[in-house]
Amino acid sequence: MTVKTATGAAAPMPKAGSSGKKGFWPWLNKRLPVDKFLADQVTEYYAPKNFNVWYFFGSLALVVLVLQLVTGIFLTMFYKPGEATAFDSVQFIMREVDWGWLIRYLHSTGASFFFIVVYLHMFRAFLYGSYKAPRELLWLIGMLVYLALMAEAFMGYVLPWGNMSFWGAQVIVNLFGTIPGIGPDLVLWIRGDYGIADSTLNRFFSLHVAAVPLALLGLVALHLVALHEVGSNNPDGIEIKEKVGADGKPLDGIPFHPYYTVKDFVGIAVFLVLLAVVVFFVPNFGGLFLEAPNYEPANPLSTPEHIAPVWYFTPYYAILRAVPDQRLGALLMAIAVAAFLFVPWLDRSPVKSMRYRGWMSRGALAVFVVSFIALGYLGLQPAEGLYVMLARVFAALYFAFFFLMPIYTKLDPVKPVPERVVYHAH
Amino acid sequence: MADHAGVAGGDEVDLDRRKFLTRATIATGAVGAAFATVPFIESWSPSERARAAGAPVTFDLSKLDPGQMAIPVWRRQPIYVVRRTPDMVARIAGHDADLKDPESLHSDQPPYARNTLRSRTAEFLVLVGICTHLGCLPKQRFAAGELYPSWPGGFFCPCHGSRFDLAGRVFDGSPASINLRVPPYSYPQEHLLVVGADEKGAA
Amino acid sequence: MRTDRARSAGSPARWLLGAALVVAVICVPQRLPAAEEAAGKPGADWDSWHANTNVSDLASVQRGARNFVSYCLGCHSLKYERWSRLGADLKIPPDLLAGELMPPGAKSTDYIRSAMPPADAETWFGKAPPDLSLMARERGTDYLYQLLTTFYVDPTRQTGANNLRLPAIAMPDVLSELEGLKTAVFRTETRPGAAPEQVFDHFEPLAPGRMSQEEYDGFVRDTVNFLDYVSEPTQIERHQLGVWVVLFLLVFTWLAWRVKREYWKDVH
Repeated sequence: MTVKTATGAAAPMPKAGSSGKKGFWPWLNKRLPVDKFLADQVTEYYAPKNFNVWYFFGSLALVVLVLQLVTGIFLTMFYKPGEATAFDSVQFIMREVDWGWLIRYLHSTGASFFFIVVYLHMFRAFLYGSYKAPRELLWLIGMLVYLALMAEAFMGYVLPWGNMSFWGAQVIVNLFGTIPGIGPDLVLWIRGDYGIADSTLNRFFSLHVAAVPLALLGLVALHLVALHEVGSNNPDGIEIKEKVGADGKPLDGIPFHPYYTVKDFVGIAVFLVLLAVVVFFVPNFGGLFLEAPNYEPANPLSTPEHIAPVWYFTPYYAILRAVPDQRLGALLMAIAVAAFLFVPWLDRSPVKSMRYRGWMSRGALAVFVVSFIALGYLGLQPAEGLYVMLARVFAALYFAFFFLMPIYTKLDPVKPVPERVVYHAH
Repeated sequence: MADHAGVAGGDEVDLDRRKFLTRATIATGAVGAAFATVPFIESWSPSERARAAGAPVTFDLSKLDPGQMAIPVWRRQPIYVVRRTPDMVARIAGHDADLKDPESLHSDQPPYARNTLRSRTAEFLVLVGICTHLGCLPKQRFAAGELYPSWPGGFFCPCHGSRFDLAGRVFDGSPASINLRVPPYSYPQEHLLVVGADEKGAA
Repeated sequence: MRTDRARSAGSPARWLLGAALVVAVICVPQRLPAAEEAAGKPGADWDSWHANTNVSDLASVQRGARNFVSYCLGCHSLKYERWSRLGADLKIPPDLLAGELMPPGAKSTDYIRSAMPPADAETWFGKAPPDLSLMARERGTDYLYQLLTTFYVDPTRQTGANNLRLPAIAMPDVLSELEGLKTAVFRTETRPGAAPEQVFDHFEPLAPGRMSQEEYDGFVRDTVNFLDYVSEPTQIERHQLGVWVVLFLLVFTWLAWRVKREYWKDVH
């Protein structure tokens, strides 16, 4: 029976599939925007063609996230949270579960590699002004990812219930006690007991395995949505969307697939080589990735000689210890982390990329990097003598980077920014 | 892809080589990925602890009176060890027509238990005490006539009514289709039963 | 503006840098202290005192296992290691394992436990002898080697012995029958602005043991090597597998790079 329109002509019938063809793919696409998603996000999503080595670390961070999720899920199958069972269950995994040692080392190495990748990823933003408009929110979401990651790593480190797990937890949780008024009650509430105890371990387990990973996944998804909305920055700091061709696509852009999928695979491959070298040959990394005191079970009556957090927290730890007052030290440590949030507004440079900034911005960034690394090293040392003095010097430089930024970025003699991106075939 | 200003098919583009290289890389990657799944899958195998707990179990037969059954545990399974009296041994014969698998051709037992008595010796019966229907534990009904007048003695599973004789062979009319399983076992010394190890070594 | 060649991904300079990075990644951790230093008595040059053990030397680890059972198992347990695991990893046949190493009555799947009741040990020594399963990771092989070679006679101590690496150690000098006895000679040093302190100078042999100094040194290294093995029984397998994994990944990296170069010919 033919349906007729008001004029009496035969009405066009709806097609069976997106292109009128039969088959699974058209059926699927009528119900889920698969093709559209792939086109918008991958095959027709244009990224600047001048990405350099600093642009690998976003996709690498995703790879590490997947690695941690998979190895973490498997570890949870064998790990037993609880004061009496945790430490033994880790040895059970290392010795008695087939391949347990590999899954464990992948997870512990992955944690450190996560921070290496994330720090390099953040550094790229400073190199090229990737936090500047219209990417301020992208930066802020990224900072939330960083904060969630720090919480995740801190709680994860407590789970093996080694002596450093215990005492690290003791020190960090006690920091919350410095908050005026609510401090001591807050600490009791976090711990669920009068000292770091079974209750603390169990709730950290739940947060580490379920709550924070969910938050991380959500934040990472949001981060990618925000990125795709404004498009990537690039080493020249030029907005490629401002110069489009006849086809409406950026002249200096290339489709993400296949060019960046293929390039990211190389980055991932190199990353896996480094990961494998560490996992199979130096998983303890000289006591930096797996600290020696943690090979002893938690002992509330015996503090390790030098309590130090894992290396990725030591810059902030150094700042904490540089200040002779506990409350002020904790506050400054919090400010040291929070300072990153304000960078999009502290940076007054008319130019995004360091390539076109002057000696002031470059010098400041160099000093910041040196200070961050120096503070990291100092955080691993005992807080005595020359180390304390140096920590104070570098802490001051660290804060100067942020607080003086509105000034030196404004005064900085900038160079002219080119119209088109600088690209050399490779 | 090849029609955009920033991206153009250069004169050096060899599409065949591109396809070949891509396929070779994907194949290598797939091989690597397949190997990478092995540790995760194998991590689910019984751990050293499970294997240790599943080691062969020793049982002292001298503690068992004639006509009695003991139930040691091996690999988390109840093992029915029955010390059969001569009368019980005699009651294993004479009802082959009522059995589903009188010669144990379809049932699960080591070679030395593939006989009418389903055991190494007439005196002792060693069975896995799990009904071959859906896994309940059958109850002992050793007395003749206990269930009905022609009942020769054996086991009765209360869950769905499967019946087994004094050699663990399943009767017609039972939901179970094969005889009760016999685990590997041996007698390293007289009166010493080891479940879980025999001529082939530890199971 | 830099030239194309120097910035191209294939430049030898970048590969050398990458290789150097990988080498650094492996080598650097060896420089950092593997364990925190307990404050041994001043004067001894701990940094130059290395165990130099090699856990892949199977014969050495086997000897160390025998040493451990003979001299250490009396007080110290290895509660995470099973006898059967020891036998399998060190290639000791079951009858030799049961006959020479395992205490009578132990099952091969049992964990390696000392017969000494911990409560009694605490009464006798003031401190329960610690389990040694992870000691090589917790303190490092150098520390263990130094500890076992620096016992000296000290009449002021209840056990009659003291230790340079762990002063006021609760453990008696159980290896004295092998090593012999020695005293420690100290000298007084006064640094400007500080109180005078006793600094270790040298050891003086008092009485010989059953072993020569070299033999005892080998004995200790073997034992420490064994403890290194026990702290992570899978480490040999880990190294061996690692070689293949890294090689495979290098091949994959090369392939991925070639694909990238091929596609990026499109980009101008």
